[in-house]
Amino acid sequence: MASPSPKSPEQSEKNKQYDRQLRLWGDHGQIALEKGHICLINATALGTEILKSIVLPGVGAITIVDDCTVSEEDIGSNFFLETSSKGLNRGSETLRLILELNPAVQGHAVQEPTGQILQENPDFFKSFTVVIATALGEKTIKELSQHLWDINVTFVLGRSVGFLGSFRIQIKEHAIIESHPDNEQPDLRLDVPFPALSQYLDSIDIETLDLKDHGHIPWIVIIYKAVMKWQKIQNDNRWPMSRKEKNEVRDLIREFIRKDENGIPINEENFEEALRAVTTALCPTFLPVKIQDLIYCSAATNLTKESSPFWIMCSALRGFIEAEGKGKLPLRGVLPDMTASTEHYVKLQNIYRAQAAFEAEAVYRKVQEIINQLHCDCISEADVKLFCRHAHNLHLVRGSSIASEYQSGPVASYIARHLEEPDVMMVHYILLRASEMFRSEHSRAPGDWEPEGDIAILKACVSKLLTDVSCPPFPKDDHVHEMCRYGGAEIHSVSAFLGGCIAQEAIKIITKQYKPVNNLFVYDGASTNTATFTF
Amino acid sequence: MSSGEVQTAEYLQRRWLNIRKLLERSGPFCHPDFEPSAEILDFTMNSCKILIVGAGGLGCELLKDLALMGFKKIHIIDMDTIELSNLNRQFLFRKNDIGLSKAKCAVEFVNKRVPGCEATAHHCAIQDMDDGFYRQFHIVVCGLDSIVARRWLNGMLASLLQYNDDGSLDQSSVIPLVDGGTEGFKGNARVILPGMSACIECTLDLYPPQITFPLCTIANTPRLPEHCIEYVKVLQWSKENPWGNTIPLDGDDPHHVAWVLEKAQERAMKHGISGVTYRLTQGVLKNIIPAVASTNAVIAAACATEVFKLASSCCVNMNNYMVLNIADGVYTYTFSAERRADCVACSNSTKVMALESDATLQTIYTKLCEDQLFMMKSPGITTIINGRNKTLYMSSIKSIEERTRDNLKKKITDLGLYNGAEILVADVTTPNTITIKLNVIENLDVDMPS
Repeated sequence: MASPSPKSPEQSEKNKQYDRQLRLWGDHGQIALEKGHICLINATALGTEILKSIVLPGVGAITIVDDCTVSEEDIGSNFFLETSSKGLNRGSETLRLILELNPAVQGHAVQEPTGQILQENPDFFKSFTVVIATALGEKTIKELSQHLWDINVTFVLGRSVGFLGSFRIQIKEHAIIESHPDNEQPDLRLDVPFPALSQYLDSIDIETLDLKDHGHIPWIVIIYKAVMKWQKIQNDNRWPMSRKEKNEVRDLIREFIRKDENGIPINEENFEEALRAVTTALCPTFLPVKIQDLIYCSAATNLTKESSPFWIMCSALRGFIEAEGKGKLPLRGVLPDMTASTEHYVKLQNIYRAQAAFEAEAVYRKVQEIINQLHCDCISEADVKLFCRHAHNLHLVRGSSIASEYQSGPVASYIARHLEEPDVMMVHYILLRASEMFRSEHSRAPGDWEPEGDIAILKACVSKLLTDVSCPPFPKDDHVHEMCRYGGAEIHSVSAFLGGCIAQEAIKIITKQYKPVNNLFVYDGASTNTATFTF
Repeated sequence: MSSGEVQTAEYLQRRWLNIRKLLERSGPFCHPDFEPSAEILDFTMNSCKILIVGAGGLGCELLKDLALMGFKKIHIIDMDTIELSNLNRQFLFRKNDIGLSKAKCAVEFVNKRVPGCEATAHHCAIQDMDDGFYRQFHIVVCGLDSIVARRWLNGMLASLLQYNDDGSLDQSSVIPLVDGGTEGFKGNARVILPGMSACIECTLDLYPPQITFPLCTIANTPRLPEHCIEYVKVLQWSKENPWGNTIPLDGDDPHHVAWVLEKAQERAMKHGISGVTYRLTQGVLKNIIPAVASTNAVIAAACATEVFKLASSCCVNMNNYMVLNIADGVYTYTFSAERRADCVACSNSTKVMALESDATLQTIYTKLCEDQLFMMKSPGITTIINGRNKTLYMSSIKSIEERTRDNLKKKITDLGLYNGAEILVADVTTPNTITIKLNVIENLDVDMPS
């Protein structure tokens, strides 16, 4: 039988394979991911669980740095090792089995100790988008974090002991244009309508519409008309702000609803929607403080040839807001769905879209002016449009170095504040740190052979850390005891939990979409509790 | 094995040292009943039978996680076969496996990778298995994408509950259910002790209502690209039957998708609507839910940790529902979902439906579909009159639907139903027929004495 549609825009193999994730970060996110190169230091269970969820979605390349040989415990907790892997290099074995997941990913294994690479070939780390490390010694943590901070490569440090785990993201500056907020306020400009919108709104007279049309005008029009009427009654051009005033607008909307021959209001869905939308629609147009801070910070006001496209666009945005925008951000140009006739909806949608395109073009012209002045790389119009569409939700992360956790200063007092609360999740962080200190002093995990004997020694490590942050000792030893019970054990399901989280954080950082954790995450699998701290 | 060779029992092997530290040592935060011993791992390995329901994004992770948490007697059930779009997260499958059974493929991989693991695959629907099958497990862990299937399974485990003569629950009949679900960057994990803590039916309100487009919008006032695609799917396909009368629309057939795309684009163009793409068309046709490896890994891991706690008693379980969102940082929130005393699935009480005396069978049908207590899909209603079964309405079988359709309009009293009468309801959301007692109240529109 002849096929009714001979031409089949069959998707590419890759599009089909990645379909479910492309719906989250788009084709451009995927392209960015495929340019990413992840370095994993130490192929522990946690390390490989992280890699698994980065390799599957198709990161460009991975490099594993690991000088350990595979032990039986490794095989018991790390899925990407085989019985025959015992005694071989852990990184190479893991790499071989993890690359099976996705032939598109490039992989490398380096068998030198991290400390040695830092000494002999520190430039090694320059080529990575993100460096992730697990089971790292205290000394290496400090040196590596300082080095990666200096060369401006993102660093994620993961820890997994017993039911406890954590990860810490070290990132100097991270700008996110597409932060994908869950609930976005619509940008409608009813309080400050632009000419095309005014013209459209004024062209409709609710009173004279026939019944069918009356039930099909968008709620945007209804609310606007109600406000106009309200202002007329008040004899005042004020915008209704208070709860009382908003209720008065609602009453006017109810008056608009047509009645049947018995005087009973007809059920008109668009008017019901209007009543529900009053609160959001009457929210006045304003420049969010967060965006104001961004466009007036020194990175945006003192551009150089080295400035990133983000800061150039922020600077152009400031120029727009101060001139054409009259204090407002460029229009987003997205109309929420609402009950309306096709004609009304599409017309209104086009009015918003055209204005948004017009304003984005103005920003683009300013971007070009800046680029011409600075002689830097050009920025595409599509990028500027994307930037303008998301201008309300731009997000900037400025982080601190992990090395700073080992020094007295603001981080120490922050930790102390949370310990005084007392926040048990911060206690867990102290225990993870103390356990690392124990390891560096005794070359084994606390409780590795038997728990009881190590409690006093680990307690001394905790005391030292608490003294460093000027905190009194813990009243009880229970958390110290629990850490010794763990004996440095890495529990697969705990590592799998953290591995999934860290993988997604790395993907967020590479794709510059969605907000990453800022900047310490702590997990307790025993109590199913998590917390985020900002150092 | 050659004689004289000394073999260490598997649960004492060095390979399991990490887990053994948790199971052979006591700690200050352990479950009060926990007594550390080497025998616990012996039990989880050699006696504890676990059923994983679903071998997809969560199921693959669960199988790996549980195999590495020391479980050997794992069964996994899934009726699906492997597709290319699974490979971005279902990490036990390769391109060569496309078309094969998910359950079988997953089991084969994990048994090979983890020595000693004795996982068993069931390539069939969960409804194909009877209560005898489900009763053999100590714990059931569920990674499904379908709410109906989840409710069916929940109903099955609830139906296995037994009660003592004094009406108290026989705790040995309780099979814990650990349930995970994901959608994009969001997910949830929960622990259900049927008959003891909130079950799936107790908390139906936690599922977001499905987004549906009103037919009049699709037909008369389309605004979104989705409306145009729905139009072709719901109205145009059955009218034009492009591949002949007998061929239904198949969202997996690229020719079908291409046809819908073309027609939807025509309709969109006509109305000045933009944004009808291949991806969107396929998403609407197949009701595709975005999915990534990471969210599945996190939720499956949370479930596996709870299974480990249940089997070993080493720790108290989460109480009892955790939500996760990894879109903005990593956020979790754990709360105690509450039981419904009148839950259709897990309570031992008589189910009652209150009706006014002029109610019709349609009233009952609508209540069964829309009432938060039932939320059924296509309930079949029967009753017993003079000791004989009488079908009042059943939509699932066409001939019976046609025969019983007129009953919907009839008053319940005209159908032989009365105050205290019982109706028997069957639905895809439950494996068992549910008995509901009618509580017919006289009409209240008469003047009440003040």
